[in-house]
Amino acid sequence: MSLLKINELRVAYGQIEALKGVSLVVEPGEVVAILGANGAGKTTLMRAISGLLPKSSGQIIFEDRDITNLSADRIVRCGIAQSPEGRRVFGTLTVAENLKLGGFTRPPQESRASIEAAYTMFPRLAERREQFAGTLSGGEQQMLAIGRALVAKPKLLLLDEPSLGLAPIIIQSIFRSLRGIADTGVTILIVEQNARAALKLADRGYVLEVGRIMLEGDSTTILHSPEVRAAYLGG
Amino acid sequence: MGTFIQQLINGLTVGGIFALIALGYTMVYGVMRLINFAHGDLCILGAFIGLTTLTSAAGGGHPGAGLLLLAFVVSVIVIAVAGVALERIAYRPLRKADRLAAVVSALGASMMIENGIMLVWGPQVHVFPSNLLPATTWHLAGATISFVQVMIILASLVLMIALYLFVNHTRFGTAIRAAAIDQDAARLMGINVNRVIASVFIIGPALGAIGGLFIGIYYREAYFTMGWTYGLYAFIAAILGGIGNIPGAMLGGVLLGLFNAFAAGYVSSSWQDAITFGLLIVILLVRPTGLLGERVAEKV
Repeated sequence: MSLLKINELRVAYGQIEALKGVSLVVEPGEVVAILGANGAGKTTLMRAISGLLPKSSGQIIFEDRDITNLSADRIVRCGIAQSPEGRRVFGTLTVAENLKLGGFTRPPQESRASIEAAYTMFPRLAERREQFAGTLSGGEQQMLAIGRALVAKPKLLLLDEPSLGLAPIIIQSIFRSLRGIADTGVTILIVEQNARAALKLADRGYVLEVGRIMLEGDSTTILHSPEVRAAYLGG
Repeated sequence: MGTFIQQLINGLTVGGIFALIALGYTMVYGVMRLINFAHGDLCILGAFIGLTTLTSAAGGGHPGAGLLLLAFVVSVIVIAVAGVALERIAYRPLRKADRLAAVVSALGASMMIENGIMLVWGPQVHVFPSNLLPATTWHLAGATISFVQVMIILASLVLMIALYLFVNHTRFGTAIRAAAIDQDAARLMGINVNRVIASVFIIGPALGAIGGLFIGIYYREAYFTMGWTYGLYAFIAAILGGIGNIPGAMLGGVLLGLFNAFAAGYVSSSWQDAITFGLLIVILLVRPTGLLGERVAEKV
């Protein structure tokens, strides 16, 4: 049984079709990367899975359950959490409040342990727990967004561009943390423009181009495919 | 000294009422970026429902303290239900529409409630019974403080503290604040944003109904256009404190009440609005976002 199965998904913004029939699968325990340039439809796909966008057609099946038209809060309750593009931390709430909200769907006593685990994984957050999230650096906000998603104890973690706008050294440390998260058995679907970092983390990947999957395969295959080398890795 | 204390008490009384009503404007704005222009009318509808409860339950006799409590309970429940219905009927269908459509809908809802009150209760001024509360007064350095004033000041204070604690120290309160900052991010936390919106349309009108009934009891009158007058004051109080900011609405309400009372006491009551709104303009020139308002999280 696949954890997530997407069939022929179409999403449109008015007249403009952003996803033109995307199909993919994510198996339990896998890390799957979705690569693509700006405007390829990566963020649209993530928002559609999380229930933030209406779908024109197609299906999203999670653990054998059709979640295509469930509301966003129900989808979180099914076990899908997202660290969204641009991090979207609650700037005028404290770090601790942001993490607590990550556990909104769980009993408070249970999420407390996950919050402590997030502090252990990202000690910078522990130092700043009473600070407003808006005062954190970009890297720290990304840690908070990932930690916040983990507090939901998801079966599937969606990561939308965790490297966006961050310095290379910070990106390295974020991806080290993601490796650690993957090693604990959390299934991850990651969307990235930084193809090299994403493929190093992922078991498999898909390449998305203007709303269609153009290429799929295991990470090494994609990394060595001439199209990907030319388009995303600088030859 | 007598004038000062007298106007301080008068100002705190009216300010407490302004603050209770202003909270409804600010909470709805915070979550939906919408000015609920029907809010003032809902509050005064609360005063009418309270008055009708009092007079019909007293059946010609003297309404006592127990009946007064009943009037508050009935009024709060009816107005909270009306608030939720208002959101469902007038605002939810327009949530994805142009901003201007929602504003027009809000103005329309305001007129409908106002005229609805006139149709049911008539256009005349209704007088509240004079013997609702003990006529006890206290004298302090030349100022006279009535029982009603003490009750309004204390009740407003208690309600505001309770709301503050609820919003800042409970899970659902944090969810309300999160939805006010970023609705999509709140959805990704598993928060049902529709439920958050419904909750602000319960809490705001419930507090507003209490404020409206306080107006009726304090001034001992209610008439159908009153919602517009007091709604405007409370709306301005919310702007003064920084719209969208809950402690701001409390501070703005109390300050507006105090400005108004001191202007009336030291200058003249015919100048009180001119002075109050003159001060308001000066404050907004210096701090355009209001006293406690700073724009919530930047969207990336």
